Amino acid sequence: MGMTITEKILAAHAGRDRVSPGELIEARVDLALGNDITAPIAIAEFEKIGVKEVFDRHRIALVPDHFTPNKDIRSAEQVKTMRQFAQRHEITHYFEVGRMGIEHCLLPQEGLVLPGELIIGADSHTCTYGALGAFATGVGSTDLGAAMATGEIWLRVPETIKIVIRGTGWKRWVSGKDLILYVIGKIGVDGALYRALEFTGEAVEALSMEGRLTMANMAIEAGAKNGIFAPDDKTEAYVKERARRPYRLYCSDEGARYSEVYEFDVGDIEPQVAFPHLPENARPVGEAGAVQIDQAVIGSCTNGRIEDLRAAAAVLKNKKVHPGVRLIVIPGTQEIYLQALKEGLVEIFIEAGAAVSTPTCGPCLGGHMGVLARGERAVSTTNRNFAGRMGHPQSEIYLSGPAVAAASAISGRLAGPEEVL
Amino acid sequence: MSMRGKAWTFKDDIDTDAIIPARYLNTSDPESLARHCMEDADPSFPEKVRPGDIIVAGKNFGCGSSREHAPLAIKTCGVGAVVAASFARIFYRNAFNIGLAILESPEAAKRIRAGDELEIAPGGGLIRNLTRGEEYAATAIPPFMAEILAAGGLIGYLQKKVKDDG
Ligand code: SF4
Repeated sequence: MGMTITEKILAAHAGRDRVSPGELIEARVDLALGNDITAPIAIAEFEKIGVKEVFDRHRIALVPDHFTPNKDIRSAEQVKTMRQFAQRHEITHYFEVGRMGIEHCLLPQEGLVLPGELIIGADSHTCTYGALGAFATGVGSTDLGAAMATGEIWLRVPETIKIVIRGTGWKRWVSGKDLILYVIGKIGVDGALYRALEFTGEAVEALSMEGRLTMANMAIEAGAKNGIFAPDDKTEAYVKERARRPYRLYCSDEGARYSEVYEFDVGDIEPQVAFPHLPENARPVGEAGAVQIDQAVIGSCTNGRIEDLRAAAAVLKNKKVHPGVRLIVIPGTQEIYLQALKEGLVEIFIEAGAAVSTPTCGPCLGGHMGVLARGERAVSTTNRNFAGRMGHPQSEIYLSGPAVAAASAISGRLAGPEEVL
Repeated sequence: MSMRGKAWTFKDDIDTDAIIPARYLNTSDPESLARHCMEDADPSFPEKVRPGDIIVAGKNFGCGSSREHAPLAIKTCGVGAVVAASFARIFYRNAFNIGLAILESPEAAKRIRAGDELEIAPGGGLIRNLTRGEEYAATAIPPFMAEILAAGGLIGYLQKKVKDDG
């Protein structure tokens, strides 16, 4: 019986020839991640276990990104806890403000997550790294604390759902974000609960690494344990110059078992918008109707990469943000920020009337840098539109890709790029 | 030990932002978190919930972020158990890891009404509805996870392992 990529990576990390869905395994972890919200609890739990040292100081990444640069005293205290822990245990991959980025933009960029690896992170969007052909999954703080001590994690081997997106008839402005919103719209927010989502097909292969990272990022929004792509030439080209450890490429066998297979054609997919308050409420932007917006956010671990900023800039060039809209652009990492400066993208944003910020999660989770008031509406390239996610419980979030967010910022209402160009 | 309390019902897809909004995550102090537990879904909840009460919800309870602050807030405000048709997976493992009892039962989720008096049998396999005179079976827990629960959570389990390994 053949195995899927997910099963192969889990078997390799459990020291087994094979594993089957439903089995509980204890697996070796290649990298464990925490952030300023989840690490403080993980550190407290780590200290209770009774071990003196972390399992490997080079295989832990700590990223202060959610409420940083520290938005208030309590946030500052949380980051301090994390920083002191990193110093005490000489953690190599602690990233300070000014050198950091949003964790899921930063780790792939730094070559800290590689094909064939098993990555856990106390952050639900850890599934992002599946884009590189890794098994990556979000866990809680206690799991992180335990993994920092033991280098291991208990996991249930998931069944895999195969998502095939065929075709070459891409409509203009359709990006990885539109594909994933479309898929979640079809399978629902619990459509992949407890399972792996494996993305394949011509259209998926045509995506850049950025597009794949965006798609894998939102696997959790369908309830999935992990999202995964077979590594190919693009993956290798991306990781080759960044990797600091050897890595392995796994592909699913021909006879691998899938619990379900969904097939879609890219030619049927238009730029999407997910209406409040669930990511599954996706529809083509052309069918959005007249929805006025107060704020537009371009950034986050979903769409804060250079390709995303380029797409937004292509729409915003020589245009002005609507007088009734605040547009906030947040590059995902310092490297992306610098690249955007060099390419003149930041200039385009500022000339259009946008605020451009240092990397932070900020508004994505209603933390700071763009919190919504009662009744306000935002279009956002982030990944969650739950009630209250970006501020007041009675505010609304519409999820989209960067091109739609930029076009909406210009129009003052939900709009596709074609309407403003 | 059996558990007894009043049911608080919630709909499908209750996300972690509804359980504990991110705006309160600038602390990990359980007491401060408990004060805002479920407040966006039901503002009266943190004030009115009594020790031993039971949360009953539809499918996909706890979807969204990995924040352990969510099960922590629920546990700290005194809730004895969460019953749902299904749970989002990170919430599910977090609840086990911190020792919060959770029970998966689509039937219970459908039948129980707000305010019903519930009793959960020892071992967590059975939910009794004392108000309606009904019983619902919950999905069995794998032995490994039962061991974690018995140790009071993952840390207790590991402490024991560290000690046993000398
Ligand atoms: S950008 Fe948003 S979704 Fe991504 S890690 Fe930060 S808070 Fe989480």
